[in-house]
Amino acid sequence: MNYLEFEKPLAEIEGKAEELRAMARSNSGMDVVKEAEALDRKAETALRDLYKTLTAWQKCQVARHPDRPHCRDYITQLFTEYTSLAGDRAFAEDEAVMGGIARFNDQPVLVIGHEKGNDTKTRIERNFGMARPEGYRKAIRLMDIADRFRLPVITLVDTPGAYPGKGAEERGQAEAIARSTEKCLSIGVPLISVVIGEGGSGGAVALASANRVAMLEHSVYSVISPEGCASILWKDAERMREAAEALRLTAQDLQNLGVIDRIVKEPLGGAQRAPKETIEAVGKAIEAMLKELSGKTPDALIRDRRQKFLDMGSKGLAA
Amino acid sequence: MNWISNYVRPKINSLFSRREVPENLWTKCPECGTMLFHRELASNLNVCSSCDHHMAISPRDRFKALFDLGIFTEVKVPDAVADPLHFRDQKRYPDRVKAAQKASGEKDAMLVVEGDVARTPIVAAAQDFSFMAGSMGMYVGNAIIAAAERAVQMRRPLVLFSASGGARMQEGMLSLMQMPRTTVAVQMLKEAKLPYIVVLTHPTTGGVTASYAMLGDIQIAEPNAQIGFAGARVIEQTIREKLPEGFQRAEYLLDHGMLDRVVHRKAMREELVTLIRMLMNLPPAVKGDLPAPAEAGPAPPPDAEAVTAVPEDSKA
Repeated sequence: MNYLEFEKPLAEIEGKAEELRAMARSNSGMDVVKEAEALDRKAETALRDLYKTLTAWQKCQVARHPDRPHCRDYITQLFTEYTSLAGDRAFAEDEAVMGGIARFNDQPVLVIGHEKGNDTKTRIERNFGMARPEGYRKAIRLMDIADRFRLPVITLVDTPGAYPGKGAEERGQAEAIARSTEKCLSIGVPLISVVIGEGGSGGAVALASANRVAMLEHSVYSVISPEGCASILWKDAERMREAAEALRLTAQDLQNLGVIDRIVKEPLGGAQRAPKETIEAVGKAIEAMLKELSGKTPDALIRDRRQKFLDMGSKGLAA
Repeated sequence: MNWISNYVRPKINSLFSRREVPENLWTKCPECGTMLFHRELASNLNVCSSCDHHMAISPRDRFKALFDLGIFTEVKVPDAVADPLHFRDQKRYPDRVKAAQKASGEKDAMLVVEGDVARTPIVAAAQDFSFMAGSMGMYVGNAIIAAAERAVQMRRPLVLFSASGGARMQEGMLSLMQMPRTTVAVQMLKEAKLPYIVVLTHPTTGGVTASYAMLGDIQIAEPNAQIGFAGARVIEQTIREKLPEGFQRAEYLLDHGMLDRVVHRKAMREELVTLIRMLMNLPPAVKGDLPAPAEAGPAPPPDAEAVTAVPEDSKA
């Protein structure tokens, strides 16, 4: 288990319990069950207290936790017959964005998501979930397929942002993101997005201009990283805690601002402590959202989606 | 204070205050260092007559030089919620807005107008980089939607001059949501089969480039304008190497296939008219018959520390 900085008190308690049990294993005469159980209870209380009132910055850390389930884990657990589709047909295959056709509860759908990778090798392959223009152009191509064959589109958002690289700029990073957003807004099939970790600015919007947007309880979605915001507005990247608070990037804040539609609860202690249950909960939410949109005509889906964004900020703002 | 200071000071003060040397008569070109006389610079649309460096120009001055006889009408933009996040960094967000409004005399970072250019009716929008770095918040989103709706209603093309550092952080996710919002505005134009021409001016970056500023039917840029998604400093820190000369500049983008044309500011009017008249299936403009733009040129650019006149009709 990787403990986050604010989880230190918890790490100590759990460490002690583990030590006790290890001692008992080597000394068969020792009975530590009671003490260990007491420590476990203490750990659970500590965990509950910690996660009851996470600050915005703590949520950013949880959202970036390396043990959190990533796009690939969701696809494996929630979808069957997943058939990945690769390439943008112009320049390259970008593995920071994965996608393909699959079945969700037996229904054929198209699934696209940012994948961060889960060890050094895959993280490098996936470029830490930072897509290049090719990733967005692949997403556009896949959304076109979905539109043509009437497949609902499900996107899983988890990216620090679009990749800021020389080649990415030369090949039109901005244009690729703009076109991907445009494609999201013009397909005549249900489009559902779930922010499962980090929703990093334009790189996230490009896949999340959807009919329904859900966020995991401890995920974040922001116009800029708290560090970036702090270094620009506070002239000090170390002020990220204040910036995170000011940006209102938590799922709870964004639901109040009318930016997202639904929050998916995470198990106690965050998705990283119970990936399976988390993914299951996301599956239920996707199912519910698909149901909300079923039976709508292509025109209605496009119209509703556009109207939703046009209305944003003018209605339902908790002032 | 003793009797000496009482006696001496007024004399010294009056000596200095009497010297009323007119300021801002000269502007130094930030590119080549040439001293430019303000009238000459203004009549040259804030372009350096020595090195052709394009300095900033306010939306209002740009429009005065674009529309026939300098006449245009503002298109009303719906107000946005003033400070949805109650955002405060080192300053309060509303204070930053107020300061920018006072300095520019405009309501926010985008001005939308309509009028005739060489007797060709258009709707135009221009972004003001001097207003909080031209950042895109809800008002700018509203402005682009208003511009698109007006263009569709009047069946006119929309010409948009972009200049922005990106989304306005102080409006958080509501500013980011202007990316899909403004994209919907562009789709309105496309569905109405009306031309949408983007003129990218220095600088256009971030979420603005990644939405409406890159979705034009025709993409034009002013010479040497910086255009990109990520900032050059961020890229250098990420890839740990120096970026090539001219990176993210208009000509570089043209070379990489990201733009249709790079056009000098002084040739922009004619270029736009020619294109729009063909796209709208109108007969060619009769050159000798073109009403001239306004005679009075623009005020000196703000980066030259010049004072911009505040238009009476735009007090927020």
